Amino acid sequence: MEFAFTEEQQMIRDTAADFLAEVSTSEAVRAAMNTEAGYDAALWDRVCQEMFWQAIHIPEEHGGMGLGYVELVAMLEQMGRYLFCSPFFSTVCLGVNALRIAGNEAQQAQYLPEIVAGKTATLAYASANGGWDSDAITATCTAEGAGYRLDGTYRYVSDGHTADILIVAARKSGSAGDDGVSLFVLDADTVGVSRKWLPTMDQTRKQAEVVLNGVVVGAEALMGEAGKAWPQLQQVLDLARVAIAADQVGGAQQSLDITVDYLQERVQFGRVIASYQAVKHKAADMMVKVEAGRSALYYAACVADEALSGGALGAELAEAASVAKAWCSEAYFFNAGCGIQLFGGVGFTAEYDIQLYFKRAKSTETFLGDAAYHRERLAQQILDGEAAA
Amino acid sequence: MKLSFSPEDEQFREEVAQWLADNLCGEFEEVRHRGGPGDEHHMVAERKAWERKLAEGGWTCIGWPKEYGGRGASIEQQVIFNEEYARAGGPGRIGHIGETLAGPTIIAFGSEEQKQKYLPGILRGEVFWCQGYSEPSAGSDLANVKTRAEFDEASGKWRINGQKVWTSLAHESEYCFVIARTDPQSVAHKGLGFFLVTMDQPGVTVRPIEQLTGTSEFNEVFFDDAVCDDTDIVGAPGDGWKVAMGLLGFERGVSTLGQQMLFQNEFDAIVKLAKENGAAKNPALRQRIADAHVGLKILRYNSMRMLSGGEDGSLQKEAMIYKLYWATWHRNLGKLAMDVLGQESEILDEAPYELNRLQSMYLFTRSDTIYGGTNQIQRNIIAERALGMPREPRG
Ligand SMILES: Cc1cc2nc3c(=O)[nH]c(=O)nc-3n(C[C@H](O)[C@H](O)[C@H](O)COP(=O)(O)OP(=O)(O)OC[C@H]3O[C@@H](n4cnc5c(N)ncnc54)[C@H](O)[C@@H]3O)c2cc1C
Repeated sequence: MEFAFTEEQQMIRDTAADFLAEVSTSEAVRAAMNTEAGYDAALWDRVCQEMFWQAIHIPEEHGGMGLGYVELVAMLEQMGRYLFCSPFFSTVCLGVNALRIAGNEAQQAQYLPEIVAGKTATLAYASANGGWDSDAITATCTAEGAGYRLDGTYRYVSDGHTADILIVAARKSGSAGDDGVSLFVLDADTVGVSRKWLPTMDQTRKQAEVVLNGVVVGAEALMGEAGKAWPQLQQVLDLARVAIAADQVGGAQQSLDITVDYLQERVQFGRVIASYQAVKHKAADMMVKVEAGRSALYYAACVADEALSGGALGAELAEAASVAKAWCSEAYFFNAGCGIQLFGGVGFTAEYDIQLYFKRAKSTETFLGDAAYHRERLAQQILDGEAAA
Repeated sequence: MKLSFSPEDEQFREEVAQWLADNLCGEFEEVRHRGGPGDEHHMVAERKAWERKLAEGGWTCIGWPKEYGGRGASIEQQVIFNEEYARAGGPGRIGHIGETLAGPTIIAFGSEEQKQKYLPGILRGEVFWCQGYSEPSAGSDLANVKTRAEFDEASGKWRINGQKVWTSLAHESEYCFVIARTDPQSVAHKGLGFFLVTMDQPGVTVRPIEQLTGTSEFNEVFFDDAVCDDTDIVGAPGDGWKVAMGLLGFERGVSTLGQQMLFQNEFDAIVKLAKENGAAKNPALRQRIADAHVGLKILRYNSMRMLSGGEDGSLQKEAMIYKLYWATWHRNLGKLAMDVLGQESEILDEAPYELNRLQSMYLFTRSDTIYGGTNQIQRNIIAERALGMPREPRG
């Protein structure tokens, strides 16, 4: 057993950190977040061409790097730390994961190389009714000719207004719950697709509304088996939750680090405020939160890795994802919230970055289920099944 | 990252499980799940017999080097042993202070003579130890010990005078390791010595202290001209602090390995209860039970990370969160147990004050955040040593 990054994984992490320190500065983040697209297209090109990050866990046969989820998580943690504004999460952690889990050979052979070449992708499944379960899927698919007609409205779609490739969930009319759910992959410029940017409180992660109005797709757009896609979609969502937890751990760590730096400089009552015990103890609690979160995250990363590679540990994906998402959501919010408090008045200004972390903490907490949601999901597993082993 | 154990380690796991299945039965059936925090007073004679049984099988002190009678077991194997031991319901160890604190200290800092004299008794599960650190005026501020040790030229022995307090299991122990001041002019951590003191002598008096559980796991220990051979000081006079701090390293490391599985047993008992009494349907309790589950999983991952640190046993700075994390988690679990029990939580097994297992767990968890460095002291340590914040002013 070696529950630590290998040297190669440390290198991937450090390379990501160095690159992001250079390109994802506070000024760069603020410039990107104030655009509707939410990212700098020239920088994204650099990421794709120089760093090749979009290809990290795309199999080599499709032109990717063929690395695992632990390596992906190591990078995501750094993106969270530097509030990186990019379509990376939507493209890689939603799009690529969905294609790898649910896509057939032809779909993988078509879309994965496109992503390697720099196209972006995202996943749309939830409607406005607020949940993250299969009930959230209200868009419908109707067999029409050799293909399908898709209708419905999706909200909270990550980068939905800019993505080139859409993966959407839709259900058979009249079906409910986990039954009747199908997944489709289509180009975002397909006739009948309209997309609208939804301005968000956290400006570093863009969301959109996607409306499908009589969109006609061929049979080749169907991913997996018609009407039986929910378990696969759930797996994709759990992989995405692990990815978000990585962003949260990175953000929670940075919230702590920039706060401690400030505490060491600011003088009140003739001493640096870092010397006051009330302040030290708050910082210690922040460290406990983020380190415990990191433990949960790295375990979930190993599980996610095996879920994608067919290892035995993969069976724990739902549980590990919920454990990580529940803890890291609260840890990030706690650390960013304490950060504002410990900065004092400047923590409440637009100028200081802690507010950006505070907002990103909340948006990542809500997205794909907050801590209470994931605890209830675990409670069902622990309390509603047969007697605990 | 690699989470699985090697085939050799899995084989070791089977060996441990098999030995426990074959031996923790018959006359020892009754000690299963007994002892340990909150239940330390139960079946002491039977549990001491079990310690000898463990020793016969070669299952005491497995982490000690082979040359001192251990198995030289790797960290992984020690984790496995502790997990299987807890899974099988192995009783709370009485020998743990000797095995995980006194023994490793003597191995690391002791003389050859001390090794010959003390290690075999610990290995055989026959000789028990207690830890004489805290005093009425030296708790968190351990360096403030006042107990004195004077070298008596005439007899060639040390004479110890003073008082220790909160000494767990002193009433069951043959020996106590004592920190005492060898240089009467000294202050703080300078001028201390680390002594191996025989309990069975006229100069040592043990008085039990009743705990809030109604039982007495710890004691006051008085030293009135207690005698200690000049060969029974570990290191030189004045080295006591260094030796004691090395020992705290052992305490925070390997000795907490089995914990997670013990906690799992407690958690499972709470889940079972919640399903039986309907608490499992209460939305607020469901959230808290799931939260405890999340916390317990993370506890295990924390220790896996911590143990994947340096091969030399050195800990990464993130290991500093470990004590604060588990103590706080366990204290919350105690309260959760009572809240799941509901009104029944008040009702004792018997008068005058016979607590059931969950009740004594609940009460005992209030001490988890006190002994071994309080939560406040842990936060000081994290802030100062892990985050580099200024040290506390000293009076
Ligand atoms: C069940 C149990 C078993 C024990 N077993 C043993 C044993 O076998 N051998 C042994 O030697 N000792 C043992 N102890 C003693 C234990 O180590 C001490 O109780 C502990 O170190 C705290 O010391 P104290 O009780 O003197 O409290 P104090 O140090 O007086 O602390 C009182 C309160 O003040 C806080 N405080 C103190 N200093 C600071 C500071 N600098 N900053 C912020 N807050 C501070 C503490 O956190 C605490 O809340 C045991 C204790 C318990 C409860």
